[in-house]
Amino acid sequence: MPELPRRKVGIVACSGEEIAEGTVTRLAALRVLHELRPDDTVTICLPLFLAGGEGDRAFARVYPTVTIDGCEKRCAAEGTATYSAPPAASIVVSELAAGCGLGPIEGRRQLNEAGRLAVEATAQRTVELVDELLKAPRARRFTGTLPSAGP
Amino acid sequence: MSGTCRETVIIPCSGIGKPFGSVSREAAYEVVDMLRPAHARLIALSRLVLGDDDARDAVARHPVVTIDGCKLACAAKMAKASGARRVRELAVIDTFRRHPKLKPEGIAELNDAGRQLARALAEEVAAIVDEQAGGEGRDA
Repeated sequence: MPELPRRKVGIVACSGEEIAEGTVTRLAALRVLHELRPDDTVTICLPLFLAGGEGDRAFARVYPTVTIDGCEKRCAAEGTATYSAPPAASIVVSELAAGCGLGPIEGRRQLNEAGRLAVEATAQRTVELVDELLKAPRARRFTGTLPSAGP
Repeated sequence: MSGTCRETVIIPCSGIGKPFGSVSREAAYEVVDMLRPAHARLIALSRLVLGDDDARDAVARHPVVTIDGCKLACAAKMAKASGARRVRELAVIDTFRRHPKLKPEGIAELNDAGRQLARALAEEVAAIVDEQAGGEGRDA
């Protein structure tokens, strides 16, 4: 029996370099991509929707995506929806951290304790969403077309 | 919008997949936090993707230094597409070619060589900030 392409979920982090919550989005995405669900997830850097080619803009049409934003501006969710396709699920770190009772997140270069806990909480929430999407019967299937990824 | 007229906007790469992206951010933080805090400010690339008015206004009004981690040059392309007129485009790979012993490794946490490479790149950016500030960039 032929082996079918594995379904995957795209993770898009805002990466917001101006704020510590942006650092949380990057580190949480990396934890999911490299450690928690390496076989089930892929990523693209958000600006590639504009700077890349059609393959990059097709990213969210190929993969169901989970966007991870640092703040209420929701650049990743809005950008993904505008230039590719609406995300299947989205997380806002500032809201998640507040809901977890985590203190002020500080240190965009070196996160404080609240920031490190927020990374773990965000990564765990992302994993929950990834698992739900992979179980969902209507999840979009991986078609085998891999968009190029930035650094 | 806040900011001084001689302020330079620094826009690093947002990539999370390779060490060069991390070097670009580390260099940007070194400039705005340590080397030239009074004359440089950082703008997140994601705000330009969103079309944020304040971010677009800042890149249109101030000189911009982009620091890209790969040849796709997202930061430089986004800055220009967002109305930036005075853009200096830097790439981590060029600094690496000048310092080939400083091979960066690690993404979430750069190795020592990566941090040294970022510092070298930050010095290059700081020199540009000084040019833009008419020689007034070096912070006391």
